[in-house]
Amino acid sequence: MSQLAVTVIGPDRPGIIADVTEALAGTGVNLEDSSMTLLRGHFAMMIVCSGEFEAVKEAVEPLRGELVITVREMGPEQTHAPIGAPYMLSVHGADRPGIVSAVTRMIATVGGTITDLTTRLSGALYVLTAEVEIPAAADLELLQRALEITAEELGVGVTLRPAESDDL
Amino acid sequence: MTHLNELVASWSPAQLGLVGDVLEVIRAPHPVLALLGAEVDPLDPVMVALAADLVATMRVSPGCVGLAAPQVGVAAQMFALDVTGHPKTRTCHGVFVLCNAVVVEASRQEKAREGCMSVPDLTGDVKRATRLTVQGVIPGTTDSVTLTTDAFEARAIQHELDHCSGKLFLDRVAGAHALYPRKVYL
Repeated sequence: MSQLAVTVIGPDRPGIIADVTEALAGTGVNLEDSSMTLLRGHFAMMIVCSGEFEAVKEAVEPLRGELVITVREMGPEQTHAPIGAPYMLSVHGADRPGIVSAVTRMIATVGGTITDLTTRLSGALYVLTAEVEIPAAADLELLQRALEITAEELGVGVTLRPAESDDL
Repeated sequence: MTHLNELVASWSPAQLGLVGDVLEVIRAPHPVLALLGAEVDPLDPVMVALAADLVATMRVSPGCVGLAAPQVGVAAQMFALDVTGHPKTRTCHGVFVLCNAVVVEASRQEKAREGCMSVPDLTGDVKRATRLTVQGVIPGTTDSVTLTTDAFEARAIQHELDHCSGKLFLDRVAGAHALYPRKVYL
């Protein structure tokens, strides 16, 4: 048994998840973390699971065609402690190439890491929402200023604010 | 339910003395939606007319419970609101317009999904205070009113106040996966 990464992308239709997970279950795979969404109407799923590489590859073979499926063996788990406090990053404005790269570069420059990110194009409006960890040593004021300058150059609005979590 | 401000609750658009025009609602990413709204003179006839236009435009827009001046292309601190009949409304001041409104007190944050006429195809989960006190001026008067409300009216006011300072609900979305394409069932 090893940890496997399975990706499935293709035109959406009812039953894809049922088909894929049924094929995986048939080989005795244990699903661990997964994420599925629709990206401009395309079905897109990523699964990390533990199972037998050859058996899983064979099991998903009949589903290939319209669906592009990849199966890869992964190295050991890469979990790490949070590198700093959590923040929410929002960017929105007129769509143009380079928004995500320019904004995320600013986060990377201060040693921050993005733990979750979604972008949506809605007509002419481009929206990015991301969860970010910023190391305590980073100069937050400088980062905010750098983000503002970058946003101004791109003609978009950017907000970086502490992520709130309520423990109940 | 909180105690109603009677001046606001009994206000009617007829007090503006003119019938507003229905204006086009501006959509993001139009730059006017990102501008900090200017403080307005509530006695300025242009601003009184704008108040009537906001009410008229809100009235003809299905499901619209509030409209801020930047949404009709004017970067000014004014919004119209009417949450009457909405299932999430508790305290309700009916239809009113406020100029230069500021938050006096806000507490009891709760997350809920909201949409916006200026971002018609997306909705998002946003945390907002469910107890709110704001102070503003009714257009056409110099009366500073203090209004305390809760639930949906509180959320709607905070949404409009954001517009007045150049913010959208997109700036407050609660998580990377808290933004949703609006579902339209055919």
